[in-house]
Amino acid sequence: MELLVCIKQVPDTSEIKLDPETNNLIRTGLPSIVNPFDMHALEAALTVKDQHPGSRVTVITMGPPQAEEALRHCLSLGADQAWLITDRAFGGADTLATSYTIAEAIRHVERLINKPFDMIFCGKQAIDGDTAQVGPQIAEELGMAQATYVCELSVHKDTGKVIVKREHEHGYEVMEAPLPLLVTATTDLNEPRMPGLWHSIEAKRYEIGHITLQDIPTIDQSRIGLGGSPTRVRKVYQPPLRSKVEMLSSVEEGIQKILELANIDNGQDYAGIEQGSAPNASTVEQEGGNN
Amino acid sequence: MEQGVRERFDVIVVGAGPAGTAAAYRLAQQRVKVLVIERGMAPGAKNMMGGRIYTHSLETLIPDFRERAPLERQVRKERISIGAGGDMTTIEYATNNVAPDEESYVVLRAKFDKWLAEEAEKQGALIISNVQVTELITEGSGKERRVIGVRCHDDEVYANMVIIAEGANTVLLEEAGLTGPTPPHSMAVGVKEVYTLKPEVINDRLGLNDKEGMAWLTLGDMTDGILGGGFIYTNEGSLSVGMVVGLEDIGKANRSIDDMLGAFTSHPSIAPLLKNAQLKEHSAHLVPEGGYMSMPKLGGKGYLVVGDAARMCMNLGYTIRGMDLAIQSGICAAEAINVGLRDSNMDAVSKLYEKEIKNSWLGKDLKLYKHMPQFLADTPGIFQTYPAFVNDLMRDVFMVNGKGAEPLMKKMMRRAKSVGLSTLIRDAWKGVRSL
Repeated sequence: MELLVCIKQVPDTSEIKLDPETNNLIRTGLPSIVNPFDMHALEAALTVKDQHPGSRVTVITMGPPQAEEALRHCLSLGADQAWLITDRAFGGADTLATSYTIAEAIRHVERLINKPFDMIFCGKQAIDGDTAQVGPQIAEELGMAQATYVCELSVHKDTGKVIVKREHEHGYEVMEAPLPLLVTATTDLNEPRMPGLWHSIEAKRYEIGHITLQDIPTIDQSRIGLGGSPTRVRKVYQPPLRSKVEMLSSVEEGIQKILELANIDNGQDYAGIEQGSAPNASTVEQEGGNN
Repeated sequence: MEQGVRERFDVIVVGAGPAGTAAAYRLAQQRVKVLVIERGMAPGAKNMMGGRIYTHSLETLIPDFRERAPLERQVRKERISIGAGGDMTTIEYATNNVAPDEESYVVLRAKFDKWLAEEAEKQGALIISNVQVTELITEGSGKERRVIGVRCHDDEVYANMVIIAEGANTVLLEEAGLTGPTPPHSMAVGVKEVYTLKPEVINDRLGLNDKEGMAWLTLGDMTDGILGGGFIYTNEGSLSVGMVVGLEDIGKANRSIDDMLGAFTSHPSIAPLLKNAQLKEHSAHLVPEGGYMSMPKLGGKGYLVVGDAARMCMNLGYTIRGMDLAIQSGICAAEAINVGLRDSNMDAVSKLYEKEIKNSWLGKDLKLYKHMPQFLADTPGIFQTYPAFVNDLMRDVFMVNGKGAEPLMKKMMRRAKSVGLSTLIRDAWKGVRSL
């Protein structure tokens, strides 16, 4: 089977900081990683390859030349081929322009290898933009069936059918889908493997192919880059801090505290004391950035 | 990327620290096919030390390192302090006259080791990060047992020689039965914090010019009477502050090593230096402290041991060395392998390497100070009684009150008697002899 994984290099948002004055992301010194959800997409593709000998896993991303590092990481895990879509003309794209460009690049790769992809794997969303739009939009653009938020997957090549379990807010949905199919992966789908020595050696020596505007002459230039992006970011701000988390050391202390609060402010809302609230997350009012 | 017949390497190096990378650099320079396997995300990612490298051995490897290496500051000032309670007695030595082969620099390992690995790659070494060597592959048994390659989980790779540069924690050597378990008395644990400050502020607070650095070692009751001490090194825009404490008695300490470090950074003589500085990093690492006497067999059929894994570290209390020894051991290993490859006699390599080490300054320096670790371990007074004694003496010298003066000699003798004059003389004699 021809398997394709779409990945994105993202700043490691577990270490992200916002400039308190401008509210801009401080990007200097921030390490880059492969979007964690994409690692599950890659693992899913590698698993399908393991189950279907003779299959090939290709990885593709769009980004600046340094995104090669992210592709190399995927190769060190066992991907067979990697492509980087890179051109200044593609820069500044929102999710719509991004997915159009990636879809065009996918068609270009299919022409090169002279085979269509049987399956495309994406992460359910990227941790920097959190939009979850690019995967589904690529499927739309390619006219391909899609299954999002997939947490279980079994591929039956002989019947040309795929059984997926999809994650919802309130439960699961099991459905049957035809090949070719695009899936977007959740973290429950699998446990990503570790890099292997020989794959790492091959990744180090691999020459990553670039796809530029020149390579896709048929692309509609009014639909790419900043010019092809209808999204406008109106405002980026940091949500106000909710009330402080208080760490208590024992159950007894907890009971005491609850009784205290119950006596003082009868019937008020305590959502603010909830542990694990993320007071530093930034919110983008209107979605911007690509995926 | 289908995998056919697996390629072989002339040499596999386990670990991209300074010892392993220096070996790979020298080997690659002489067209030897060398593979380095590092388990950290990048070379240096897992490495830590106080901060100083004496660069004489680096210079033999990379003569123009001064223009290329990520060096923080050149050490021009040395401080040694003896602390007791809130008191601290400090000796400072400053010099403008450092010969090129005497130079030493403060470096940050995450940057420095990465740079050194990139230099080795430029020479042609293949460096693979983020892959862990899980086992040494051997064949034969008894005297004929030979290391023939390494296993990384499911992957195997073979070579004529494996250089083990796995660092202080010698898991692979121990699991392969090539060395015994590490005795705790030969090891210490180091913890370090990095505080950012503007370069000018560091200069002002320590009386340094641009690019000039300081190495500041302390000993005294900050380690609760246990073998060890504190350190401060000046980076360009930050300070590395930490402690090293002997592992054997760490269980008997009243405080955790983190609490000791906390007390150290808030000591009245240290805290002003760190005022308004921002804590950026906290790290910990094992430190081999046993010196010459704790060194394992340096090699055998198919393998050599270099750097921290071979316990090539020296702690004299006033001078701490590790990286220069590591780089030198890497160079010696590479030279021995080159001869072995040239003569097609790989079995002679480990003897050759041992000879290279013994005949170079490395072996001689290690041997010269071989009694120092034992002296430090056997003389607990150094970390408790004597620091108090020294600071009390200083108090007698400098304090003036209105109760009438006493002859200085009388005061000193009283202090000396409190420690025990004969113990004092005996320890001093032993200490001097171990240098």
